[in-house]
Amino acid sequence: MEVIKEDQVLDCSGLLCPLPVVKTSKAIKSLEIGQVLKMIATDPGAPADMEAWSRQTGNELLRATQEEGKFVFYIRRLK
Amino acid sequence: MAKSDPNAPRRLALIASKGTLDWAYPPFILATAAASMGWEVGIFFTFYGLTLLRPKLTAAVSPLGNPAMPMKMPFGPEGFQQISWPIPQLIMANVPGFNALATSLMKLTFDKKGVAKLEELRQMCIDLDVRLIGCQMTMDVFGFKREDFIPECEIGGAATFLEYAADADVQLFI
Repeated sequence: MEVIKEDQVLDCSGLLCPLPVVKTSKAIKSLEIGQVLKMIATDPGAPADMEAWSRQTGNELLRATQEEGKFVFYIRRLK
Repeated sequence: MAKSDPNAPRRLALIASKGTLDWAYPPFILATAAASMGWEVGIFFTFYGLTLLRPKLTAAVSPLGNPAMPMKMPFGPEGFQQISWPIPQLIMANVPGFNALATSLMKLTFDKKGVAKLEELRQMCIDLDVRLIGCQMTMDVFGFKREDFIPECEIGGAATFLEYAADADVQLFI
């Protein structure tokens, strides 16, 4: 799997809905357009929510994986 | 109904009509999630929901009248936490302090599971520019004044909300 280089990491472990979405939204705005945010979550609702959030905000969900029991998302800021 | 501005961002219009701890969560959760997706959001706080705009949030929860509420303990060994205690409604109704107990147990459960506090969610709404509209008519009925509510909210009536909701993509009554 190709390595994605993130510009910022946001750890939302232990947080439930809507906090991962709210914090991701805040974090992505601190990046430049084109930069990548790596977000880590344990909320089982996060995979579906991050897909919806990406579609709604027009940012690109580059990858959604599971590592060591956690959900890991790479999101590129497009807007 | 067609939106008056087709290029406007998506909009969510909520009515928050209940002031208990359990029912206070859905409007604030939906509002912060929607605002985080770039939507415009407005919440109309009416009847008991109006108390969610008081500076100090005192929302409590009662298992009475909520027979589906799982009565689980947020502490102790895993097996103990999984037990749903079969407490008869008659006891919940008659034991003094039962609501206070249920309220603190729910707050503890939410906190341990990683749910934000109501105060935090409301502050997020303010930070995300969610429009918070207190119902004028409810204020009059229950004898509230403008200064009884947080300064970030506005006061309006049914027409204020309806005009906002007419241009919304999603409208929910909670």
